[in-house]
Amino acid sequence: MMEQLPALLILILLLTALASPFLSYISGRIVRWTALAAMFAAACCAIGTLIRVLAEGTWHYSFGGWEPPWGIEYVVDPLGGGMAVLIAIIGFLVLVYSGPYLKEENGLRIGTFHALYLLLATGLMGMVVTGDVFNLYVFLEISSLSAYGLIAAGGYKAVAAAFRYLLIGTVGASLYLLGIGYLYSVTGSLNMADLAQKILLIADSQAVLIAVVMIMLGMGIKMAMFPLHGWLPDSYTYAPPPAAAFISGVMTKVSAYVLFRFFFYIIGAMNGPIPGALQVLGVAACLGIILGSVMAIAQSDFRRMLAYSSVAQVSYVTLGLAIGNVYGLIGAMLHILNHAIMKSCLFLVAGGVKYKTGEHGIEKYAELYEKMPLTMGTFMIAALSMVGIPPTAGFFSKWYLALGAIDKGMWVFVVVIAVSSLLNAVYFFRVIEQVYMRRSKKPEDTGKSAWKISAELPLTMLLPILVLGVSIVVFGVFNEQIVTNILQYALPGGGF
Amino acid sequence: MIKELLASHLVYWLIIILFMLGPFGIILQKNLVKKLMAMNIMQVAVIIFFLVLGQKEGATLPIEIHGLTGAANYINPLPHALMLTAIVVSLSTTGVALALLLLLQKKYGVLEEDELLRRMN
Repeated sequence: MMEQLPALLILILLLTALASPFLSYISGRIVRWTALAAMFAAACCAIGTLIRVLAEGTWHYSFGGWEPPWGIEYVVDPLGGGMAVLIAIIGFLVLVYSGPYLKEENGLRIGTFHALYLLLATGLMGMVVTGDVFNLYVFLEISSLSAYGLIAAGGYKAVAAAFRYLLIGTVGASLYLLGIGYLYSVTGSLNMADLAQKILLIADSQAVLIAVVMIMLGMGIKMAMFPLHGWLPDSYTYAPPPAAAFISGVMTKVSAYVLFRFFFYIIGAMNGPIPGALQVLGVAACLGIILGSVMAIAQSDFRRMLAYSSVAQVSYVTLGLAIGNVYGLIGAMLHILNHAIMKSCLFLVAGGVKYKTGEHGIEKYAELYEKMPLTMGTFMIAALSMVGIPPTAGFFSKWYLALGAIDKGMWVFVVVIAVSSLLNAVYFFRVIEQVYMRRSKKPEDTGKSAWKISAELPLTMLLPILVLGVSIVVFGVFNEQIVTNILQYALPGGGF
Repeated sequence: MIKELLASHLVYWLIIILFMLGPFGIILQKNLVKKLMAMNIMQVAVIIFFLVLGQKEGATLPIEIHGLTGAANYINPLPHALMLTAIVVSLSTTGVALALLLLLQKKYGVLEEDELLRRMN
């Protein structure tokens, strides 16, 4: 059993996803419990895998007795294992949260929602554990297709947004596939480890250059890198809240992980066209951070503000890759972790407010702290973490990024990080002001003293929000342990 | 002469033109179905690119024939296998896209982009 963990990670989720629509004919409740059990089992598998990987080193798992360069293999290293744990845990929490949203739906819709959700988790999980670049493309498409479906579930505007995302996303996936084609044509291999060896000799050739450009563009579209982010705001705004929280939390980060994998593991940061590509990434990241934050300030819809802030925050990850030294990469990986937690938490809060009051506009958030003190307290923590105030987690990833930039003398990046923190403060303090300072125009409620936890939000919604809120602080305080115990092994070359 | 030219460069130029028709159509066409068709053309271009990689002059199907040995006599089957998967992916993408378009058509009665945006807001 323990030997098969990397395969189980995928299989449990995939099989449950396929069974969900059929189970929904029996009862919606059964679907929900199986989905929760599957997600929980996947989280346990991911944690088990990560523990073994940290103890014994990279885990190669090949299928059907085919040896690696020919057969498909799963390769779990500390980086991929850590990502898998993150995906599974965020996925589980958001799935718990989605319960009250689905109460009024009929059985088949519950079944399809869970099927799509689990397929999305399967795709993302597959992308981080696979050791084969074409297999990665297949998982990429699995996750993208289910994401289109999930986003489209949020109403007719969401359908239009999902269609736009589908067109742009498919362009991205095709570019990635073309990039693989170029690599395959010069190396004759699709296995990552094998590619890494064969590319060393020909890293300066034009084929590798074109492949890098294609893969960067393709993944840039998927991760909403600055000039290619057009699909993101609409999709995140209109998607149903649980889907938005999961997609915003992990999906763009997984694409960033793919770039990380290609640039630092397969081709190597010093070889061929990569230094140039990293420079371009750096410029795009700077523009994305500044313009994403400015656009977020301009929004009056809370979810749209979060969507633009996602564009800015994903750019921090690419900024870390562009800095490219040890601190920069640790900052990038820490930010993948932190931002997944913060942004999921914020989208869950937005969904909770919508559930409670039916409103999305920021001006409608006035005095919410009286109605929803716990939710708003968590929102406060997440917002402060986005701004980067210690001891919340967001501070430390920015700290490592800034350290890396100073180390390498990239002062522009330091300025960008500082300015963007100020911009983040502007748009989050605007909301915090609404929540805590502004009196709402309505007359005072009489039942003010009768606040109860059950009156705030259903417990299944409140609990994930609180867990994520607490973990923001916990990850902030214990960031050093995370870096020394997990992240430093995830660096290319395996630690310093 | 034309055959050599085709094999060395021209075929790749044709693929690039076919591929670029995709983004071109997606950006310029106003009708959503035409955008979808442009996307399909782009995916077909990628598929053809891979098939060209697997092609070999004077080679036969990758099924062992008695007495015919050596890799040079068989074409490379891997790109074809990969492209079977890519075709399935492209099929399912088209399916999802058409389902979304059906919903839009039912609700708004139009698939021209500017008209659709006007009716949505």
